[in-house]
Amino acid sequence: MESIFDLDHHREPVTADLDIPAALCRQHPLDLPNPSELEVLRHYTQLSQRNFAIDTHFYPLGSCTMKYNPRIAHRLANLPGFADIHPATPAQAQQGLLHLLWDLQNGLAELTQMAAVSLTPAAGAQGELAGVAMIRAYHHARGDFQRRRMLIPSAAHGTNPASARMAGFTVTELPTRADGDLELAALERELGPDVAGIMLTNPSTLGVFERQIETIAERVHQAGALLYYDGANFNAILGRVAPGRMGFDVMHLNLHKTFATPHGGGGPGSGAVAAAAHLEPFLPLPRVQREQDGRWRWLGRADRPQSIGRLNAYAGQIGVLLRAQAYLRRLGRAGVKRVSSYAVLNANYLLKELQRVGYRAAFPQRRASHEFLLTVEDLHRQTGVRALDVAKRLLDFGIYAPTIYFPQLVPECLLIEPTETESKATLDRFVAVMAQIRQEALEQPELLKGAPQRLKLGRLDEAWAARHLQLVQER
Amino acid sequence: MSTIPEHLRYSTTHEWVEDLGSGRYRVGITDHAQELLGDLVYVELPEPGRGVQSGVTCGVLESVKAASDLIAPLTGVVAERNEALGEHPEWLNEDPYGRAWLLVLEAVPAATAELLDAAAYGRLIEGQ
Repeated sequence: MESIFDLDHHREPVTADLDIPAALCRQHPLDLPNPSELEVLRHYTQLSQRNFAIDTHFYPLGSCTMKYNPRIAHRLANLPGFADIHPATPAQAQQGLLHLLWDLQNGLAELTQMAAVSLTPAAGAQGELAGVAMIRAYHHARGDFQRRRMLIPSAAHGTNPASARMAGFTVTELPTRADGDLELAALERELGPDVAGIMLTNPSTLGVFERQIETIAERVHQAGALLYYDGANFNAILGRVAPGRMGFDVMHLNLHKTFATPHGGGGPGSGAVAAAAHLEPFLPLPRVQREQDGRWRWLGRADRPQSIGRLNAYAGQIGVLLRAQAYLRRLGRAGVKRVSSYAVLNANYLLKELQRVGYRAAFPQRRASHEFLLTVEDLHRQTGVRALDVAKRLLDFGIYAPTIYFPQLVPECLLIEPTETESKATLDRFVAVMAQIRQEALEQPELLKGAPQRLKLGRLDEAWAARHLQLVQER
Repeated sequence: MSTIPEHLRYSTTHEWVEDLGSGRYRVGITDHAQELLGDLVYVELPEPGRGVQSGVTCGVLESVKAASDLIAPLTGVVAERNEALGEHPEWLNEDPYGRAWLLVLEAVPAATAELLDAAAYGRLIEGQ
């Protein structure tokens, strides 16, 4: 397709009525495209048609929870009374908004069984950073400055070590047992007066629930350290198991993943932080509080002098927060439980079906959480076909590829997360396609190694692209 | 099946070490390691003169799959690093035991005593 940027129309240069030295003036007019509105419309519509999206394709991208985000939540968040309000509007003039945010704080506190919530982190990673900064602030407030090390299991979420390092900690990785659970002996060996805490994802990135969580919490607390819960996989336990009950002290939630804002859309995200009572004073600001007289107001530094402070100019991503509030209110208590029930049911159904057609589970003895890991190591040994080839072939069938090569603990792995919003018919079609791909791998492996075969663009040379970075488009 | 030259010693974290004599050791990653990593696209190595510690991260290897730590197989000081890998990370896939060497370390004599021989390394990767 011709790009609109190839069009060779130029506007007459407009001379500004300013006293700019001639040496600084542009000698030639800017080479800007000048398409008609219709041309722009067609250009972007055609680009969008080449895209894979939840609106058009099944999207089992493990660890990403690419589920349907109800349009109603988006519509409500976009009501002009919310969308047009200036963030600097005084609290007394935006009581409706504060009321909803206060409701959301309470709803999330109930779901997580934590004492208090701050909605201000503007992304998941910022929520993580806030959480670990709170752990540091907690130890410092007790006069304990020796705790500089953060323990992170190898099955934790990939962003955790980065957040810990950003907050000034050194990171010690804890090994995982062959059955997917944490190596408890390694935890006990590492715990000591220099350990600030442990960052855990439960269920872990291996798609299994950490069964020793209560023992882990007990050991960590006995050593004077705290537990951080990464809410990346919250979709698996929504309304069923609460991190507060598992013994966690502080956590973040990816509202842009579990609560009706699309994940991976390029933002904005929202990483609300929830804390147990002993960490409440350190939560980032602002937070919403309801006063005796029934009004709502922002809590600031004067109210919470021990807070780790502000993370952004105003109060976070209000649009994402409102969608989360709308989603929670639509679902209610029974509804959130159904989310995790169907997310886990769909994952386990897919796992069993894919095993039936010949695929190997990375942890065959374990029940899946909301996602599960397959390994095609056997196919690779037999035919040279890699997880990458299976993933690329799926695109030919109009299915977005699962996450591949993550986590790194399992070779040639595919991490598959169907989410709760897919029907049995969609899952059955996925199984049929995967069965066909396995057959193709055994009979004509070259077909997979050259996939995708049917798309506008064939196999992209990722290694070449990464080795020859071109960050500015040449004209 | 990946290649495991007989004359080299190996770490459990998939680095090879060649004893060059007089306390100098050439270091690289094994054929098995490059197979696991996939196409390498970026290499970050410690500067000459810097000390490295056995079992501790001393650099970064980035492939199309992921960024991985480079673990020092010996305790010593960096004498040389392979500057050409900056331009040619693909050599790590093509020739991991040859032109894609990573570092030359200076360490005590017989520093490789703790490392695995080819047979033991072969058993290690077979068991994984």
